[in-house]
Amino acid sequence: MELSYFAIIIGAIFVNNVVFAQFLGICPFLGVSSKVNTSLGMGAAVTFVMALASIVAWSIQTFILVPLQIEYMQTIVFILVIAALVQMVEIVLKKVSPSLYQALGIFLPLITTNCAVLGVAILMIQKEFNLLQSFTYSVATAIGFAMALVLFAGIRERLELDGVPAAFKGNPIALITAAILAMAFMGFSGLV
Amino acid sequence: MNKMQIVLNGILKNNPTFVLVLGMCPTLGTTTSAINGLGMGVATMAVLIMSNLVISLIKNFIPDKVRIPAFIVVIASFVTIIQMLMQAYVPSLYASLGVFIPLIVVNCIILGRAEAFASKNGAVDSILDGIGIGLGFTIALTLIGAVREILGSGAIFGFSLGIADYMPLVFVLAPGAFFVLGYMMVLFNKLAKK
Repeated sequence: MELSYFAIIIGAIFVNNVVFAQFLGICPFLGVSSKVNTSLGMGAAVTFVMALASIVAWSIQTFILVPLQIEYMQTIVFILVIAALVQMVEIVLKKVSPSLYQALGIFLPLITTNCAVLGVAILMIQKEFNLLQSFTYSVATAIGFAMALVLFAGIRERLELDGVPAAFKGNPIALITAAILAMAFMGFSGLV
Repeated sequence: MNKMQIVLNGILKNNPTFVLVLGMCPTLGTTTSAINGLGMGVATMAVLIMSNLVISLIKNFIPDKVRIPAFIVVIASFVTIIQMLMQAYVPSLYASLGVFIPLIVVNCIILGRAEAFASKNGAVDSILDGIGIGLGFTIALTLIGAVREILGSGAIFGFSLGIADYMPLVFVLAPGAFFVLGYMMVLFNKLAKK
């Protein structure tokens, strides 16, 4: 597939935004996005893990699964690798950089069940990207995710103060807000 | 607990979509039509029933510390089986659900039930719980899919209602998913209060 890196980046951040167009990572999107600060932390943690996971997943697919012709093991292998990776990142961060661990620590366990990480790993294999393209794609996707989270948190902080009808409180109003944001993001379609 | 109660609990009181708000990604991503919603619901239900059964059977052999990775391996194995079965027997549905089939692995409903129910209860109860929660999920997805299909493409289960030209296409696109789910939750909240 001949895609320029610029097209991959713009495509992953705006046109096919991971939250608003591909519906991946909705659980943390709804769960964590009530404050701008926590959203930034979650976004940074996801970017970090996704970038690492893309390299590892790509290498495993190319050097192990394909030569051995066991591509059908992809789902099992990828989820285990991501879970192990998240554990490892947590342990390493705790030792090497306690301050970064303080900032990202509580978000790390949540990332294993963030379907965006596994989703991106599977999608980049499907799109037949090479290593550098995969890395670019996953970092851009993570930036798109972080941006969606921060944008949404900003709106939700305002919503807290507004009088919302009882039946709309919590998740329903968040989903309707997300719908309007998704509509705004549709304006980017056709950009690349 | 009464056997019937377990099944009903999953459909109404613990409805995974409208009450627990779990598994949002496939709920939003695959419900562009009633048939896609139904397909996703049934695939998830199959994985849930099988993983609940196996986990309730092996729960005594798994050391407590490694139970989550062990559950994930069980779930991932069944997802791979379902993936291969769907690819072989319903290739068009498989193609339209796309990446969301392998992503059943990270559906929090399944791991949640493994942890909260199957690891504490017997085999029969766990299967019933899988059926209940699975049905609740399937019904929710089919409903959302049906509403989006009617509003967006003027059809139901693929049968055209002859009103396609007057319907706003946005309901089968991304924003429609958020809109329909949001308003259906409002409705569920309102009805549940009575």
